[in-house]
Amino acid sequence: MSKIKLPLLVTYWLSIIIAMALNIIPWAPPFLMAAPDWVLLTLIYWAIAAPETASVGKAWMVGLLVDVLTGQLLGQYALAYAVSVFLGVKQHKRIRHYPIIQQSLAVCIILLLARVLIFWTENINHQTMPINFWLSVLTGALVWPVVSLTLRKTRGL
Amino acid sequence: MLSVFVYPIQFIVDVPTRLFNGMHDSFESYQQLLGENKELKQQQLINSARLLKFSALEKENIRLRSLLDSSFKLGEQVLIAELLAVNLNPYEHVVVVNKGSRFGVHEGQPVLDANGIVGQVVKALPLSSEIILITDPNHAIPVQVNRNGLHTIAIGSGQLNKLNLPFLPNNADMVPGDLLITSGLGGVFPQGYPVAVVESFVEQPDKPFAVIQATPTAALNTSRELLIVWSNSQVIPLNNPPSEQEDVQD
Repeated sequence: MSKIKLPLLVTYWLSIIIAMALNIIPWAPPFLMAAPDWVLLTLIYWAIAAPETASVGKAWMVGLLVDVLTGQLLGQYALAYAVSVFLGVKQHKRIRHYPIIQQSLAVCIILLLARVLIFWTENINHQTMPINFWLSVLTGALVWPVVSLTLRKTRGL
Repeated sequence: MLSVFVYPIQFIVDVPTRLFNGMHDSFESYQQLLGENKELKQQQLINSARLLKFSALEKENIRLRSLLDSSFKLGEQVLIAELLAVNLNPYEHVVVVNKGSRFGVHEGQPVLDANGIVGQVVKALPLSSEIILITDPNHAIPVQVNRNGLHTIAIGSGQLNKLNLPFLPNNADMVPGDLLITSGLGGVFPQGYPVAVVESFVEQPDKPFAVIQATPTAALNTSRELLIVWSNSQVIPLNNPPSEQEDVQD
Protein backbone atom coordinates (compact mmCIF):
# COMPACT_ATOMS: atom_id res chain seq x y z
CA MET A 1 0.00 0.00 0.00
CA SER A 2 1.38 3.35 -1.00
CA LYS A 3 1.99 5.97 1.64
CA ILE A 4 -0.80 8.52 1.89
CA LYS A 5 0.11 12.15 2.31
CA LEU A 6 -0.88 13.58 5.66
CA PRO A 7 -2.72 16.70 4.36
CA LEU A 8 -4.89 14.47 2.18
CA LEU A 9 -5.79 12.33 5.18
CA VAL A 10 -6.66 15.42 7.23
CA THR A 11 -8.87 16.73 4.42
CA TYR A 12 -10.49 13.31 4.18
CA TRP A 13 -11.49 13.17 7.84
CA LEU A 14 -12.44 16.84 8.01
CA SER A 15 -14.74 16.48 5.00
CA ILE A 16 -16.35 13.43 6.61
CA ILE A 17 -16.94 15.24 9.90
CA ILE A 18 -18.52 18.19 8.06
CA ALA A 19 -20.68 15.77 6.08
CA MET A 20 -21.81 14.13 9.34
CA ALA A 21 -22.81 17.53 10.69
CA LEU A 22 -24.71 18.24 7.45
CA ASN A 23 -26.49 14.90 7.83
CA ILE A 24 -28.09 15.84 11.13
CA ILE A 25 -28.90 19.50 10.41
CA PRO A 26 -32.63 19.96 10.98
CA TRP A 27 -34.16 21.03 7.68
CA ALA A 28 -37.62 22.43 7.23
CA PRO A 29 -40.14 19.57 6.87
CA PRO A 30 -40.59 19.62 3.06
CA PHE A 31 -36.83 19.26 2.56
CA LEU A 32 -36.31 16.95 5.50
CA MET A 33 -37.28 13.78 3.68
CA ALA A 34 -35.33 14.69 0.57
CA ALA A 35 -32.07 15.56 2.30
CA PRO A 36 -29.24 13.67 0.59
CA ASP A 37 -26.85 11.44 2.48
CA TRP A 38 -23.86 13.79 2.56
CA VAL A 39 -21.55 11.31 4.27
CA LEU A 40 -22.11 8.71 1.60
CA LEU A 41 -21.56 11.27 -1.18
CA THR A 42 -18.28 12.33 0.44
CA LEU A 43 -17.17 8.73 0.81
CA ILE A 44 -17.97 8.02 -2.84
CA TYR A 45 -16.05 11.11 -3.91
CA TRP A 46 -12.95 9.93 -2.07
CA ALA A 47 -13.37 6.40 -3.38
CA ILE A 48 -13.43 7.65 -6.96
CA ALA A 49 -10.99 10.56 -6.80
CA ALA A 50 -8.41 9.22 -4.36
CA PRO A 51 -8.92 5.49 -3.90
CA GLU A 52 -5.70 5.26 -1.90
CA THR A 53 -7.30 7.26 0.96
CA ALA A 54 -10.60 5.44 0.89
CA SER A 55 -10.75 1.91 2.10
CA VAL A 56 -13.68 -0.37 2.81
CA GLY A 57 -12.51 -0.60 6.42
CA LYS A 58 -12.57 3.19 6.85
CA ALA A 59 -16.01 3.33 5.27
CA TRP A 60 -17.17 0.70 7.73
CA MET A 61 -15.84 2.76 10.63
CA VAL A 62 -17.48 5.92 9.33
CA GLY A 63 -20.69 3.94 8.92
CA LEU A 64 -20.53 2.79 12.53
CA LEU A 65 -20.08 6.39 13.67
CA VAL A 66 -23.09 7.46 11.59
CA ASP A 67 -25.10 4.61 13.10
CA VAL A 68 -24.32 5.87 16.58
CA LEU A 69 -24.84 9.49 15.55
CA THR A 70 -28.32 8.81 14.24
CA GLY A 71 -29.26 6.16 16.77
CA GLN A 72 -29.85 3.47 14.18
CA LEU A 73 -29.27 -0.27 14.31
CA LEU A 74 -25.52 -0.64 14.78
CA GLY A 75 -23.93 -1.75 11.51
CA GLN A 76 -26.71 -0.64 9.21
CA TYR A 77 -24.97 2.35 7.66
CA ALA A 78 -21.64 0.58 8.08
CA LEU A 79 -22.79 -2.16 5.72
CA ALA A 80 -24.28 0.25 3.18
CA TYR A 81 -21.20 2.50 3.17
CA ALA A 82 -18.71 -0.35 2.97
CA VAL A 83 -20.46 -1.89 -0.04
CA SER A 84 -20.79 1.49 -1.79
CA VAL A 85 -17.14 2.38 -1.26
CA PHE A 86 -16.11 -1.07 -2.47
CA LEU A 87 -18.03 -0.45 -5.71
CA GLY A 88 -16.62 3.08 -6.00
CA VAL A 89 -13.04 1.91 -5.59
CA LYS A 90 -13.59 -1.00 -7.99
CA GLN A 91 -14.96 1.27 -10.70
CA HIS A 92 -12.99 4.44 -9.98
CA LYS A 93 -10.90 4.29 -13.16
CA ARG A 94 -14.03 4.24 -15.27
CA ILE A 95 -16.22 6.69 -13.33
CA ARG A 96 -13.44 9.22 -12.86
CA HIS A 97 -13.25 9.94 -16.60
CA TYR A 98 -16.97 10.28 -17.16
CA PRO A 99 -18.37 13.75 -17.84
CA ILE A 100 -19.99 15.17 -14.70
CA ILE A 101 -23.59 14.37 -15.72
CA GLN A 102 -22.75 10.77 -16.46
CA GLN A 103 -20.87 10.62 -13.15
CA SER A 104 -24.06 11.71 -11.45
CA LEU A 105 -25.88 8.77 -13.01
CA ALA A 106 -23.23 6.31 -11.88
CA VAL A 107 -23.32 7.79 -8.38
CA CYS A 108 -27.10 7.58 -8.46
CA ILE A 109 -26.86 3.82 -8.97
CA ILE A 110 -24.43 3.42 -6.06
CA LEU A 111 -26.71 5.56 -3.84
CA LEU A 112 -29.68 3.43 -4.85
CA LEU A 113 -27.83 0.28 -3.89
CA ALA A 114 -26.92 1.76 -0.49
CA ARG A 115 -30.55 2.73 0.04
CA VAL A 116 -31.70 -0.78 -0.86
CA LEU A 117 -29.34 -2.18 1.78
CA ILE A 118 -30.67 0.26 4.38
CA PHE A 119 -34.23 -0.55 3.35
CA TRP A 120 -33.45 -4.22 3.78
CA THR A 121 -31.96 -3.86 7.27
CA GLU A 122 -34.82 -1.58 8.31
CA ASN A 123 -37.27 -4.22 7.16
CA ILE A 124 -35.49 -6.89 9.17
CA ASN A 125 -35.88 -4.48 12.06
CA HIS A 126 -39.65 -4.39 11.30
CA GLN A 127 -39.71 -0.76 10.24
CA THR A 128 -41.87 0.35 7.38
CA MET A 129 -40.52 3.06 5.15
CA PRO A 130 -42.59 5.76 3.44
CA ILE A 131 -42.25 6.14 -0.31
CA ASN A 132 -40.19 9.34 -0.07
CA PHE A 133 -37.49 7.29 1.65
CA TRP A 134 -36.13 6.83 -1.88
CA LEU A 135 -36.13 10.55 -2.67
CA SER A 136 -32.67 11.08 -1.23
CA VAL A 137 -31.22 8.94 -4.05
CA LEU A 138 -32.37 11.52 -6.60
CA THR A 139 -31.34 14.56 -4.56
CA GLY A 140 -28.01 12.88 -3.90
CA ALA A 141 -27.41 12.51 -7.63
CA LEU A 142 -28.50 16.13 -8.15
CA VAL A 143 -26.05 17.55 -5.61
CA TRP A 144 -23.23 15.24 -6.69
CA PRO A 145 -21.65 17.84 -9.04
CA VAL A 146 -21.59 20.37 -6.20
CA VAL A 147 -20.05 17.94 -3.72
CA SER A 148 -17.56 16.69 -6.26
CA LEU A 149 -16.42 20.17 -7.38
CA THR A 150 -16.25 21.51 -3.81
CA LEU A 151 -14.11 18.63 -2.63
CA ARG A 152 -11.88 18.86 -5.69
CA LYS A 153 -11.28 22.57 -5.05
CA THR A 154 -10.64 21.92 -1.36
CA ARG A 155 -8.11 19.27 -2.22
CA GLY A 156 -6.38 21.58 -4.64
CA LEU A 157 -5.74 24.15 -1.95
CA MET B 1 -19.23 4.40 24.13
CA LEU B 2 -18.92 5.54 20.53
CA SER B 3 -21.52 8.17 21.27
CA VAL B 4 -18.89 10.19 23.13
CA PHE B 5 -17.09 10.70 19.81
CA VAL B 6 -20.15 11.83 17.90
CA TYR B 7 -21.64 14.04 20.61
CA PRO B 8 -19.37 16.99 19.62
CA ILE B 9 -20.88 16.87 16.10
CA GLN B 10 -24.39 17.04 17.51
CA PHE B 11 -23.28 19.86 19.79
CA ILE B 12 -21.78 21.85 16.89
CA VAL B 13 -24.90 21.46 14.77
CA ASP B 14 -26.93 22.82 17.67
CA VAL B 15 -24.74 25.92 18.11
CA PRO B 16 -26.38 28.18 15.45
CA THR B 17 -29.82 27.65 16.98
CA ARG B 18 -28.47 28.36 20.43
CA LEU B 19 -26.69 31.50 19.20
CA PHE B 20 -29.84 32.71 17.50
CA ASN B 21 -31.86 32.19 20.66
CA GLY B 22 -29.19 33.97 22.69
CA MET B 23 -29.23 36.96 20.29
CA HIS B 24 -32.99 37.00 20.37
CA ASP B 25 -32.92 37.13 24.16
CA SER B 26 -30.36 39.91 24.37
CA PHE B 27 -31.96 42.14 21.75
CA GLU B 28 -35.48 41.88 23.03
CA SER B 29 -36.78 45.29 23.96
CA TYR B 30 -37.45 46.43 27.49
CA GLN B 31 -41.15 46.93 26.79
CA GLN B 32 -41.52 43.41 25.46
CA LEU B 33 -39.82 41.99 28.51
CA LEU B 34 -42.04 44.04 30.80
CA GLY B 35 -45.13 42.73 29.04
CA GLU B 36 -43.90 39.18 29.20
CA ASN B 37 -43.04 39.56 32.86
CA LYS B 38 -46.53 40.84 33.62
CA GLU B 39 -48.10 38.00 31.70
CA LEU B 40 -45.97 35.42 33.48
CA LYS B 41 -46.84 36.92 36.86
CA GLN B 42 -50.52 36.59 36.12
CA GLN B 43 -50.00 33.05 34.92
CA GLN B 44 -48.07 32.29 38.08
CA LEU B 45 -50.88 33.68 40.22
CA ILE B 46 -53.47 31.54 38.48
CA ASN B 47 -51.26 28.46 38.69
CA SER B 48 -50.49 28.85 42.37
CA ALA B 49 -54.19 29.33 43.11
CA ARG B 50 -54.87 26.10 41.24
CA LEU B 51 -52.06 24.37 43.10
CA LEU B 52 -53.57 25.40 46.45
CA LYS B 53 -56.70 23.61 45.52
CA PHE B 54 -54.70 20.72 44.10
CA SER B 55 -52.83 20.02 47.34
CA ALA B 56 -56.11 19.99 49.25
CA LEU B 57 -57.52 17.59 46.68
CA GLU B 58 -54.46 15.39 46.90
CA LYS B 59 -54.81 15.13 50.67
CA GLU B 60 -58.46 14.31 50.24
CA ASN B 61 -57.62 11.70 47.63
CA ILE B 62 -55.11 10.01 49.93
CA ARG B 63 -57.65 10.04 52.75
CA LEU B 64 -60.37 8.55 50.57
CA ARG B 65 -58.03 5.92 49.22
CA SER B 66 -56.97 4.90 52.68
CA LEU B 67 -60.67 4.49 53.47
CA LEU B 68 -60.92 2.22 50.44
CA ASP B 69 -57.81 0.29 51.54
CA SER B 70 -55.96 1.17 48.35
CA SER B 71 -52.62 2.88 48.03
CA PHE B 72 -51.52 6.15 46.53
CA LYS B 73 -48.40 6.78 44.49
CA LEU B 74 -45.79 9.25 45.61
CA GLY B 75 -45.18 12.38 43.61
CA GLU B 76 -42.65 12.57 40.79
CA GLN B 77 -39.24 14.17 40.50
CA VAL B 78 -38.27 15.98 37.33
CA LEU B 79 -35.11 17.07 35.55
CA ILE B 80 -35.16 19.83 32.95
CA ALA B 81 -33.38 18.89 29.74
CA GLU B 82 -32.82 21.05 26.71
CA LEU B 83 -33.42 19.89 23.17
CA LEU B 84 -30.48 19.76 20.76
CA ALA B 85 -31.49 21.07 17.35
CA VAL B 86 -30.47 17.98 15.43
CA ASN B 87 -32.46 15.71 13.23
CA LEU B 88 -31.37 12.12 13.39
CA ASN B 89 -33.68 10.38 11.01
CA PRO B 90 -36.56 11.90 9.06
CA TYR B 91 -38.59 8.69 9.29
CA GLU B 92 -38.61 8.53 13.06
CA HIS B 93 -39.78 11.02 15.65
CA VAL B 94 -36.72 10.85 17.83
CA VAL B 95 -35.15 13.92 19.42
CA VAL B 96 -31.91 14.41 21.33
CA VAL B 97 -31.63 16.24 24.65
CA ASN B 98 -28.53 17.40 26.48
CA LYS B 99 -28.93 15.30 29.63
CA GLY B 100 -27.74 11.72 29.74
CA SER B 101 -26.94 8.85 32.04
CA ARG B 102 -24.45 11.09 33.87
CA PHE B 103 -27.49 12.87 35.26
CA GLY B 104 -29.13 9.58 36.11
CA VAL B 105 -31.36 9.42 33.07
CA HIS B 106 -32.25 5.86 32.16
CA GLU B 107 -34.18 4.06 29.46
CA GLY B 108 -37.95 4.07 29.63
CA GLN B 109 -38.32 7.30 31.55
CA PRO B 110 -41.36 9.37 30.64
CA VAL B 111 -40.76 12.86 29.24
CA LEU B 112 -43.16 15.79 29.59
CA ASP B 113 -43.41 19.41 28.67
CA ALA B 114 -45.59 22.10 30.24
CA ASN B 115 -48.71 20.89 28.44
CA GLY B 116 -48.54 17.13 28.49
CA ILE B 117 -46.72 13.93 27.66
CA VAL B 118 -43.98 14.24 25.03
CA GLY B 119 -42.54 10.73 24.89
CA GLN B 120 -40.09 8.44 26.60
CA VAL B 121 -36.35 7.94 26.74
CA VAL B 122 -35.26 5.20 24.33
CA LYS B 123 -31.52 5.53 24.67
CA ALA B 124 -29.59 7.05 27.55
CA LEU B 125 -26.06 7.91 26.42
CA PRO B 126 -23.47 9.39 28.77
CA LEU B 127 -23.86 13.01 27.67
CA SER B 128 -27.16 13.00 25.85
CA SER B 129 -30.22 10.88 25.49
CA GLU B 130 -32.64 10.06 22.71
CA ILE B 131 -36.34 10.51 23.23
CA ILE B 132 -39.03 8.91 21.12
CA LEU B 133 -42.09 11.14 20.71
CA ILE B 134 -45.60 9.80 21.20
CA THR B 135 -46.29 10.54 17.53
CA ASP B 136 -43.66 8.10 16.26
CA PRO B 137 -45.38 5.33 14.27
CA ASN B 138 -43.69 2.74 16.48
CA HIS B 139 -44.88 4.25 19.73
CA ALA B 140 -48.04 3.42 21.63
CA ILE B 141 -49.24 4.89 24.89
CA PRO B 142 -52.02 3.61 27.15
CA VAL B 143 -54.56 6.37 27.73
CA GLN B 144 -57.95 6.86 29.25
CA VAL B 145 -60.71 9.37 28.64
CA ASN B 146 -60.68 11.92 31.42
CA ARG B 147 -64.47 12.28 31.33
CA ASN B 148 -65.48 8.64 31.86
CA GLY B 149 -62.33 6.59 32.40
CA LEU B 150 -62.58 4.63 29.14
CA HIS B 151 -59.25 2.86 28.50
CA THR B 152 -57.58 2.54 25.14
CA ILE B 153 -54.22 2.85 23.40
CA ALA B 154 -53.04 5.81 21.36
CA ILE B 155 -50.61 5.04 18.56
CA GLY B 156 -48.35 7.54 16.82
CA SER B 157 -49.25 8.46 13.27
CA GLY B 158 -45.95 9.77 11.96
CA GLN B 159 -47.36 13.31 11.91
CA LEU B 160 -46.48 15.63 14.76
CA ASN B 161 -50.05 16.78 15.33
CA LYS B 162 -51.90 13.50 15.19
CA LEU B 163 -52.40 10.32 17.22
CA ASN B 164 -54.54 7.37 16.17
CA LEU B 165 -56.84 5.41 18.46
CA PRO B 166 -57.53 2.31 16.40
CA PHE B 167 -58.93 -0.03 19.07
CA LEU B 168 -62.28 1.48 19.99
CA PRO B 169 -65.60 0.11 18.74
CA ASN B 170 -68.12 2.27 16.87
CA ASN B 171 -70.30 2.71 19.91
CA ALA B 172 -67.49 3.84 22.23
CA ASP B 173 -68.38 6.73 24.49
CA MET B 174 -66.03 9.32 23.08
CA VAL B 175 -66.71 12.66 21.48
CA PRO B 176 -64.43 15.24 19.84
CA GLY B 177 -63.02 17.51 22.53
CA ASP B 178 -62.52 14.75 25.09
CA LEU B 179 -59.25 14.96 26.97
CA LEU B 180 -57.13 11.81 26.98
CA ILE B 181 -54.88 11.30 29.99
CA THR B 182 -52.29 8.63 30.75
CA SER B 183 -53.86 5.63 32.42
CA GLY B 184 -50.62 4.43 34.02
CA LEU B 185 -51.39 0.89 32.92
CA GLY B 186 -48.24 0.28 30.90
CA GLY B 187 -46.07 1.01 33.91
CA VAL B 188 -43.98 3.52 31.97
CA PHE B 189 -46.00 6.71 32.17
CA PRO B 190 -47.29 8.03 35.48
CA GLN B 191 -51.03 8.21 35.71
CA GLY B 192 -53.08 11.31 35.09
CA TYR B 193 -51.04 13.48 32.73
CA PRO B 194 -52.78 14.95 29.68
CA VAL B 195 -51.80 13.31 26.39
CA ALA B 196 -54.13 14.50 23.66
CA VAL B 197 -57.51 15.93 22.81
CA VAL B 198 -59.84 13.91 20.61
CA GLU B 199 -60.16 15.65 17.27
CA SER B 200 -62.46 13.50 15.20
CA PHE B 201 -64.55 10.38 15.68
CA VAL B 202 -65.66 8.71 12.47
CA GLU B 203 -67.94 5.72 12.81
CA GLN B 204 -67.42 2.93 10.34
CA PRO B 205 -70.61 0.85 10.25
CA ASP B 206 -69.02 -1.87 8.11
CA LYS B 207 -65.95 -2.30 10.29
CA PRO B 208 -65.48 -3.36 13.91
CA PHE B 209 -63.49 -0.28 14.93
CA ALA B 210 -64.07 3.44 14.55
CA VAL B 211 -61.47 5.80 13.10
CA ILE B 212 -60.48 8.21 15.86
CA GLN B 213 -57.82 10.86 15.74
CA ALA B 214 -56.47 13.02 18.52
CA THR B 215 -54.13 16.00 18.75
CA PRO B 216 -51.31 15.85 21.32
CA THR B 217 -51.58 18.57 23.96
CA ALA B 218 -47.80 18.87 24.29
CA ALA B 219 -46.14 21.32 21.91
CA LEU B 220 -44.11 18.58 20.24
CA ASN B 221 -42.47 20.73 17.61
CA THR B 222 -41.95 23.97 19.51
CA SER B 223 -40.97 23.27 23.09
CA ARG B 224 -37.25 23.38 23.69
CA GLU B 225 -37.24 22.54 27.38
CA LEU B 226 -38.45 19.10 28.33
CA LEU B 227 -39.00 17.50 31.71
CA ILE B 228 -37.60 14.02 32.32
CA VAL B 229 -39.57 12.36 35.08
CA TRP B 230 -38.60 9.92 37.79
CA SER B 231 -41.83 8.42 38.88
CA ASN B 232 -41.41 6.77 42.23
CA SER B 233 -42.31 3.16 41.80
CA GLN B 234 -42.91 2.42 45.43
CA VAL B 235 -46.24 3.47 46.82
CA ILE B 236 -46.98 5.33 49.99
CA PRO B 237 -47.94 2.86 52.66
CA LEU B 238 -51.49 3.24 53.79
CA ASN B 239 -52.05 6.20 56.03
CA ASN B 240 -52.54 5.47 59.65
CA PRO B 241 -56.26 5.82 59.65
CA PRO B 242 -57.55 8.56 61.91
CA SER B 243 -59.19 7.41 65.10
CA GLU B 244 -62.78 7.53 63.92
CA GLN B 245 -61.87 5.33 60.96
CA GLU B 246 -60.34 2.77 63.28
CA ASP B 247 -63.67 2.58 64.92
CA VAL B 248 -65.32 1.86 61.64
CA GLN B 249 -62.83 -0.87 60.80
CA ASP B 250 -63.11 -2.61 64.13
